[in-house]
Amino acid sequence: MTLEYQPSRRGFLRQSGLLGLAVSAVTFLPRMAYASWNKAAFSAKTLADTYKAMGVGSPTASADIQINAADIAENGAVVPVEAISKIPNTTQISFLVEKNPAMLTAQFDIGPDTLPQISTRVKMGQTSNVIALVKADGKYYTASKEIKVTLGGCGG
Amino acid sequence: MNRREFLHLLSAASAAGLTLPLDPARAEKAAEALYDAPAFGNVSLLHITDCHAQLRPIYFREPNVNIGVGAMANRPPHLVGEAFLKHFKVEPGTRLAHAFTFLDYERYAELYGRVGGFAHLATLVKRLRATRPGALLLDGGDTWQGSGAAMWTKGQDMVDAAKLLGVEAMTLHWECTYGQDRVKEIADKDFAGHIDIIAQNIKTQDFGDPVFKPYVMRAVNGVKVAIVGQAFPYTPIANPRYMVADWTFGIQEDNMQKTVDAARADGAKVVVVLSHNGMDVDLKMASRVRGIDAILGGHTHDGVPAPSIVDNGGGKTLVTNAGSNGKFIGVLDFDVKDGKVSDFRYRLLPIFSNLLPADAEMEALIARTRAPFEIKLNEKLAVSEGLLYRRGNFNGSFDQVILDALIAEKDAEIALSPGFRWGTTILPGEPVTMENVLDQTAITYPYVTLTQMKGSQIKQILEDVCDNLFNPDPYYQQGGDMVRVGGLAYSCDPTATAGNRIGDMALNGKPIDAGKTYKVAGWAAVSEAARDAGGEPIWDLVARHLRARKTISAPKLNLPHLKNVDGNLGLAS
Repeated sequence: MTLEYQPSRRGFLRQSGLLGLAVSAVTFLPRMAYASWNKAAFSAKTLADTYKAMGVGSPTASADIQINAADIAENGAVVPVEAISKIPNTTQISFLVEKNPAMLTAQFDIGPDTLPQISTRVKMGQTSNVIALVKADGKYYTASKEIKVTLGGCGG
Repeated sequence: MNRREFLHLLSAASAAGLTLPLDPARAEKAAEALYDAPAFGNVSLLHITDCHAQLRPIYFREPNVNIGVGAMANRPPHLVGEAFLKHFKVEPGTRLAHAFTFLDYERYAELYGRVGGFAHLATLVKRLRATRPGALLLDGGDTWQGSGAAMWTKGQDMVDAAKLLGVEAMTLHWECTYGQDRVKEIADKDFAGHIDIIAQNIKTQDFGDPVFKPYVMRAVNGVKVAIVGQAFPYTPIANPRYMVADWTFGIQEDNMQKTVDAARADGAKVVVVLSHNGMDVDLKMASRVRGIDAILGGHTHDGVPAPSIVDNGGGKTLVTNAGSNGKFIGVLDFDVKDGKVSDFRYRLLPIFSNLLPADAEMEALIARTRAPFEIKLNEKLAVSEGLLYRRGNFNGSFDQVILDALIAEKDAEIALSPGFRWGTTILPGEPVTMENVLDQTAITYPYVTLTQMKGSQIKQILEDVCDNLFNPDPYYQQGGDMVRVGGLAYSCDPTATAGNRIGDMALNGKPIDAGKTYKVAGWAAVSEAARDAGGEPIWDLVARHLRARKTISAPKLNLPHLKNVDGNLGLAS
């Protein structure tokens, strides 16, 4: 699991000045740290197994989830991704990297009155779809975006 | 300078026998036909880009392979040769046809002479300014890199030349390969009060703060004009990330929209993006971001005589690309009426050095900055029997010289050389000087590497670079050409999907074994490991190779067998 979201969270706060998120961030931090660790989900090797371990049936693709990330990663070791859910009563946002050995990368539980907007960093070994999985009212929704991880060199 | 003064200068130079092989009357006529474009409207923008530190006139052969795939096929900028002339209605055999295409290159290069050069450019800029009061001169970047002198002065020669030329604003790409501290030093010291570096898409890694102004506003004849900067989005990927360790780039389309909206809210009646995206990326961006009147583009080195007009939700956006190596200047004239652009004229003017007398002040500056390096630059290494050039999707004859040198000097089986789009051209029979070699190789990470690579790794490299060139979504392209390959035969299907374009890999007639290890020589690796290993700079290796041979026969290009692109208008033999 990647916990390197501190810098981007600070950056986000500075830019947007959204105090609400600051409060919520403080509340969800301990939750993340102490929430029961779903080892099976975080070590599952296929999408089907990951979903199974999380108790996800077949999630619905949703246009109300926005993923903000670069088209090409500047550094596969630290790829900033952000997910924003506009689905009411969002209670959890998870990030999955389809081509990673273990796909589930991070899971954030979101408390009430919290903006469902999460920015984090994921590690990627190769070009892959990154999936944002949103839980709202007990149901699961997804959106995905392809992020290319490429060799450097050869500029115009 | 008015027209009469200009003609006087021209004939004076000619009479002195200095620069003009044409007789004065013919030269004047040719210059008039090219450069006497009537002024139009009330806001004019002059655009240079990707000169790659070529201060002196050079030859530059345009490509005969510039393939577009998917929606980009068979439309500008992916047209070459006769298809190009036909599309843009340029008469074959004319100066313009020579400037824009490779057709009969050697013959017309002899006839029409060298192109570019800042002293000649300076004369034309003055001339254009005389008929277009208030015109803004904009520089799309890739200005500080591409020559020995620029490298040895860390871009200082170009910084001084740009200031003298009167550049208003610029954006960045290769500039960043001198390191972020050097870029900031120039921005804060040399450029202060002279030139603004603008980039809406460069931010700090930590807080996402803007590093440069996203845009500048200038009043041109009473009209507020916003110039938005768009640096090369993939600088930390295409070039060493460690050189811009604290900065992050990307296309940043949302922020582009916000920046354009902010400029409009700030009263801009004209919004222009000075872009280093590359033309395919610009065309896509123009279709998605509203409120931009024109994108003045570079990076992909496409000399495009007429703008592409792109529809989007907010109206229409012009997209231009102004070539490379100092060969062209774009002139965009807007007529702004009732608070908006009502009409335009665009011309991409080639700089023919024998039609434009050198500006004395600029020439003196260039001579001064070159002086410490003249002896080294002028060393004659060998004579080339063939035409040496670089530009083209898959290989160039100068790249072949570099590949041959790598294989010979490193005793390698295979050589790889980056698909840069800069690098000048040498006519048959001309000496190859150290300056010529540096024009192809002068980068700040020039280390030669020799690596044991598995067949599967080589395939992965070719596939990765090929996808950066031919991904059907321009936002996933990086704007360079295909990595040049020596020793290894392969096939390429540009229309296939990522990971499936490269096939038939063979060495000396034997198929490449995915699990077997091969000795691969290369240069310009972007990793810190390559820097720390401290290999020999590529120019020393190539120079040694050339000195020993004295005469270089016309190189035999190692080209892939191409599939599924028959009839593509970006391909000519």
